[in-house]
Amino acid sequence: MAEYMVFIWDDEAAWANADPRTVEATQAAHEEFMARHAGALRGSNRLHTSDTATSMRHSADGGVAVSDGAFAETKEVIGGYYLIDAADLDEALRIAAQVPAPFGGVEVRPVWTTS
Amino acid sequence: MDSAAAAAVAEAHRRDWGFVLAATARITRDLDAAEDCVQDAYAQALTAWADGVPAKPAAWLTVVARRRAMNLIRRRDTLSRKLPLLVGGATSPGPGDGDDTAADPIPDDRLRLIFTCCHPALATEARVALTLRLLCGLTTAEVARAFLVSEPTMAARITRAKKKIAAARIPYRVPPASELPDRLAAVLDVVHLLFTTGHTAPAGQQLQRRDLAERALDLARMLRHLLPGDPAVAGLLALILLTDARRHTRTTTDGQLVLLAEQDRTRWDRTEISEGLTLIRTALQQRPPTRYALMAAIAAVHAAAPRWEATDWHQITDLYDTLTQIWPSPVVALNRAIAIGEARGPQAGLAALDQLATEPQLAGYHYLPAARAEFLRRLHRTDDARLAYHEARLLADNPVEQDFLTRRLNELDS
Repeated sequence: MAEYMVFIWDDEAAWANADPRTVEATQAAHEEFMARHAGALRGSNRLHTSDTATSMRHSADGGVAVSDGAFAETKEVIGGYYLIDAADLDEALRIAAQVPAPFGGVEVRPVWTTS
Repeated sequence: MDSAAAAAVAEAHRRDWGFVLAATARITRDLDAAEDCVQDAYAQALTAWADGVPAKPAAWLTVVARRRAMNLIRRRDTLSRKLPLLVGGATSPGPGDGDDTAADPIPDDRLRLIFTCCHPALATEARVALTLRLLCGLTTAEVARAFLVSEPTMAARITRAKKKIAAARIPYRVPPASELPDRLAAVLDVVHLLFTTGHTAPAGQQLQRRDLAERALDLARMLRHLLPGDPAVAGLLALILLTDARRHTRTTTDGQLVLLAEQDRTRWDRTEISEGLTLIRTALQQRPPTRYALMAAIAAVHAAAPRWEATDWHQITDLYDTLTQIWPSPVVALNRAIAIGEARGPQAGLAALDQLATEPQLAGYHYLPAARAEFLRRLHRTDDARLAYHEARLLADNPVEQDFLTRRLNELDS
């Protein structure tokens, strides 16, 4: 087995303007997803919106520059994550395909396990 | 060096590389290590076969490569590894594993290998490069030349793809039946892309790259052998055979392009055509028919016409109508418009082409102005035809095609 991080990338502006029923339905879909994949789930959370983010960039001279906002200026930002267990990428993709993400999509990254 | 042995090794390299590598990767569970072991086995064969070529060269090579692999993993187990091993290699059985009969103790793992190389999580260029490298045994330099990139660029692409296979655990496995159609489609697309790149090379002095076209034909035959009941595979093999059958007539002896209309059909390869026609019957059993089966059926209509003038364009138009429904692509729409022009006259063809004028995917595609030019010429709209030929020549990359368009322009003015 291996661990995969499933990042949910979505469009915050679309979320902000979303119909309340869509928001409710998506939340219900997440709960249903978590119940269905309880055995594979190692952790998950929703994040506050990217306007609450603080980015810190290390420079070559050892300094740290702090700035307001997400690391990269993109329309989609990371809005939440699931950490899952899967035998291989095919299984991870099968699970990740079911993550509700009506205003974006997901990115699946193998976790570098140190053991 | 013994020349008979060298020739036998070269032949085995061409025919058996993928088989030997696939069987060895199951032992090493690491593609780089498997490549090293297989390379060593071929090097040993050069001297060992001087005393006589074995009756089953592939089996000989596999035994030698797997023996090296066993030694390697014994040593490796004591070393720490940076990347995980291939998953699904030694454990879970898959379709094809049932072939492990007593008569042939070495399992044919080439299906696993091609499904791993053509996994949708890899970029298309990486799928093509890995397939050529691992299934066909091309060197990185040869793969780089085939796709007109520098060798370091291609080496980096292949290294990155192998790293992803290991780190993300892309399995070394034939997908389950529920996922097979989609995954097989990705494999067939890679083989088809290889064939089209060989059939009309994007650049270089030659119209065709026979080496690539032949590799694609070999891969399609391999898939047909390993998945004999699959209509999608039959469709692609039929398409390749029926298109490849025209290879000797597509250029003149001095390398000039000859259009389908002007090709000497008596020199089409009748053996490939009859094999293709037999396969089409299998290919069209699936409902709805697959994209490649329909494309093969169109090629078959051409193959059945003794002369260009005898082509059944109405049937071809009907086949393009069906193809547009299952595979709505601008290039298919362009070919359909050309068929309409042949079936119903240049005015109808031109009208169909003009509907595609704003299609963004066809902007810069030289076959669109070339087709317009041809219909305009037939309508005696010489000035418009000249403009369209000029546009097509500007956009064409292949020098043989550029020369052809120049000749057409000169004919207009004479």
